[in-house]
Amino acid sequence: MSHGEPESFVRKYIFSVDHKVIAKQYMITGLFMALLGGFLAYALRSQLAWPGDSIVGLGVIAPHAYNSVVTLHGTIMVFWVAMPILVAGFGNLLVPLMVGAEDMAFPRLNMLSYWVFFLSTIVIIASFFVPGGAAGGGWTAYPPLSGTVHASGVNWGMNLWILAVALEFVAFLIGGINIITTGINMRVPGMSMWDLPLFVWEELIASIVFLLAVGPLIAGAVMLLLDRSFGTGFYAPSAGGDPLLFQHLFWFFGHPEVYVLLLPALGIMGEVLCAFSRKTIFGYRTIVWSVISAGLLSFVVWAHHQFVSGLDPRLAFPFSVTTILISVPFAVHLFAFIATLYKASIRFTVAMAFTLAMIALFMIGGVTGVINGSAAADIFIHDTYFVVAHFHYTLVPIVFFATFSGIYFWYPKLFGRLMNEGLGWVHFAGTFFFFNLTFIPQFALGLMGHHRRIANPQIFEFLRDGQGLQVLSTIGVIGLLAAQVPFVYNFFASMVRGKPAGRNPWEATTLEWATASPPPHGNFDEPQTAYRGPYVYSPPGEGPDWIPQFEPPAEALEPDTAISETAS
Amino acid sequence: MTNSAIIEQPMETATELPNSRMAIWWFLASEVAIFGGLIVAYVLVRLHHPEWGEYASHTINAAGAINTMVLLTSSLAVVLAHQAVEEGKLEKASKLLLTTVAFGLVFLAIKAYEYTHELHAGFTPVTNLFWSFYYLMTGLHGLHVVGGMIAMIAVSRSVRRGEHSARVECVGMYWHLVDIVWIFLFPLLYLAS
Amino acid sequence: MLDFLPENISSFGGEIDGVITYIWRIILAWLVATEAVLVYLLVRYRRREGRRAAWLPATTWRAKAWILVPAVFVTICDIGIEARSAPVWDEVKLELPEPDLLIRVTGRQFVWTFTYAGPDGELDTADDFEAITDLYVPRDRVVRFQLESADVLHSFWVPVLRLKQDAVPGRSIPGWFEATADGRYEIACAELCGASHTAMRGRLTVQPPEIFDAWSSTMAEQQSL
Repeated sequence: MSHGEPESFVRKYIFSVDHKVIAKQYMITGLFMALLGGFLAYALRSQLAWPGDSIVGLGVIAPHAYNSVVTLHGTIMVFWVAMPILVAGFGNLLVPLMVGAEDMAFPRLNMLSYWVFFLSTIVIIASFFVPGGAAGGGWTAYPPLSGTVHASGVNWGMNLWILAVALEFVAFLIGGINIITTGINMRVPGMSMWDLPLFVWEELIASIVFLLAVGPLIAGAVMLLLDRSFGTGFYAPSAGGDPLLFQHLFWFFGHPEVYVLLLPALGIMGEVLCAFSRKTIFGYRTIVWSVISAGLLSFVVWAHHQFVSGLDPRLAFPFSVTTILISVPFAVHLFAFIATLYKASIRFTVAMAFTLAMIALFMIGGVTGVINGSAAADIFIHDTYFVVAHFHYTLVPIVFFATFSGIYFWYPKLFGRLMNEGLGWVHFAGTFFFFNLTFIPQFALGLMGHHRRIANPQIFEFLRDGQGLQVLSTIGVIGLLAAQVPFVYNFFASMVRGKPAGRNPWEATTLEWATASPPPHGNFDEPQTAYRGPYVYSPPGEGPDWIPQFEPPAEALEPDTAISETAS
Repeated sequence: MTNSAIIEQPMETATELPNSRMAIWWFLASEVAIFGGLIVAYVLVRLHHPEWGEYASHTINAAGAINTMVLLTSSLAVVLAHQAVEEGKLEKASKLLLTTVAFGLVFLAIKAYEYTHELHAGFTPVTNLFWSFYYLMTGLHGLHVVGGMIAMIAVSRSVRRGEHSARVECVGMYWHLVDIVWIFLFPLLYLAS
Repeated sequence: MLDFLPENISSFGGEIDGVITYIWRIILAWLVATEAVLVYLLVRYRRREGRRAAWLPATTWRAKAWILVPAVFVTICDIGIEARSAPVWDEVKLELPEPDLLIRVTGRQFVWTFTYAGPDGELDTADDFEAITDLYVPRDRVVRFQLESADVLHSFWVPVLRLKQDAVPGRSIPGWFEATADGRYEIACAELCGASHTAMRGRLTVQPPEIFDAWSSTMAEQQSL
């Protein structure tokens, strides 16, 4: 399995099989796409605040172009930002390091999955430039709008959209199998499944959920492409097909997908939380079981996206029940995080601030989801900005707050240095403030009845009073984008100017801190062994307030509780 | 362990399952999800269309039945190939894999005959939704057969050279899945009326 | 925040607003309590020289109770919410009352069409008549509609009626409402339906029954000519 360090530039930095290089490739591609997705957010928010005006940097947006902007904003943020950064980027960087492996189980397959993903990125960007414009059927791509050319006027834009998403699924299927195999099979001696860091657990469950949920949508996407290109009628009522079939296939994947993104984010937070509260995680096994049960439940909630879609109304009750019940494992999970802070010794770093803010904000997203989950309330709330605000209050903390937390925390393992904390605090304060400024007004707009994906709310009398809120929200998104400037500068400048980090700058316990920063090719100087659970912070008695997983026990000093409590 | 010299020793893993076997299990799980989604979609749509029974009667049951036998027999050849690897008879394993490939070719030839016959009779993928599903599902399955054959030719060559003998098991498991999927497709598309 | 809800003029709208208000109060209480605990812990247990964090892995049920008991309360609230919400859903979407008036609502890129059953009370007969964009209904009468689509998905969205239902090509989806106040209101399409999705705007006019009846007879006569 071992492979020597490659010499040439191309093998080392471009077609590399090293999981850390591939992780950086995923992350940087994802961050680049985040800028694109952010620009689209700016474009659509500007149109909503000042309909019909020329937008700085883009000009006037025509109504069909607005649909493309909305569609591609959603698609890119979910499939080309969240997935590559959270699942593939952090997964690639951390899973092998945390289990003490020298690389992924299948390094060449790993490289292949990145380049398939890269190809999908090219395809989705290319879709902006084809005649007829980019896909405009929403990120959910419901047929018949997406299923025929004449319904939307978009031909190649939609075909390329389907192709790009399909390629992306293939990339993450291969990548997911690799991550699962690595996490389960490549653990160092001494590391049982119950000694895995939470991040690895959550990444594993996320990858498994993705792998099992995406299949039906792959079949569904093939049918959509056949409908468009060859005139089959899978979704055409005139041919005996049913548009709702696609919705089922889409949301059978689409809802679990939310958890595919959420779980790695929670994993990142778990690591950061323990390291900076200097405290072991509260209820390790309880958390793992809550994640497993949430993963299982996620397969039986999908139709809550379809309460008013024409679904048999009798199905609303069972899906409403499962939906509201899935709040329970996540409540347990968040309560465990909060309980971890009890009697802690909290070090406020930028990474910790993002994690704590993620908890605080995600709860807003979580509780507002209960309103959507009630079928009766959903009659009013469905397809309004209330839903938009709700899922941004879940997804922005997941995708951005957790990612930032992880980047500030593991930057040493990426580039060997620390990021600048001062700039980091500016970044945090700006992001936190402007995020809330962007989305709180949208809750109010949603309650006014503002429906989604309209290019000009002013033509509706009942929305005219909301124009002030629209402007506020748009100022928020502009501020949110501006707040990323110090981060982008910090990210690149710290590669050369950052303070050298050393092996374990945060005095953390998991295996990635056993090796140099950045880890060399092959990761560890010598084979590692896990001697205890992942979070032995502040064990009873005197001595240092952390005992790493990789530190051999010094017979006399080792408190018994340290091993047995987390491992049993 | 008399054959340890020629049999590839899998890397030691935490679960004692070789990485390749674990990965192929998860890969098969994702394949099951794809075909499972397709089959469930087909069944649900069909429940609303009792008239599909009549369309299904235009499929060639005999050809489908023969193909079922062909695939089952080919699966036996793969099992024997795996057994031969365990016994260290790599040459034999390689030949058995090529036998499987030959059965795959027979399957595709019969399938091609069916398609030709059906297209000539005027049943194209856009005739109606039943035929759309028929061509989509058998076509996707056929692509999996082709993929399996290509993989088996590659593995057959490397096994002959004494390399990657563990891969025989992987292609074998994949081939069983292709077989099992067919066992679901045959009654659903040909027989049910 | 709930003050932002638009005026309600439907017989069941109050029920839906009631569910929203009920859930809103529960989640607000949870949110405030949890955020307060979080902030308290952050202040109380910030780093202090010489203070060591406690060792609380929560391996015993007694310790786990600190998170499981609140989760049980979450479950109880969930059940309460579902119990409050399910009957309202049934009333609006499942139990269709006997109609006084039957209409077919058809979504089409990018206009709403309303087909009235006419004097005989049945659709697809000679005395049907159509109104485009403008929906006229009598006050305090049960209106049954059959929602259909001629092309892509649409969603029949009348905020003041608390009414939303997707229109799906190939299906005729039944629904109902009863408007309780005269006036002119707006209808929108809430499901992305193409380039002019935004412009798919209709008007709802609720009239006293006698005025509506007069309008209705005139329309029936005109269109039968």
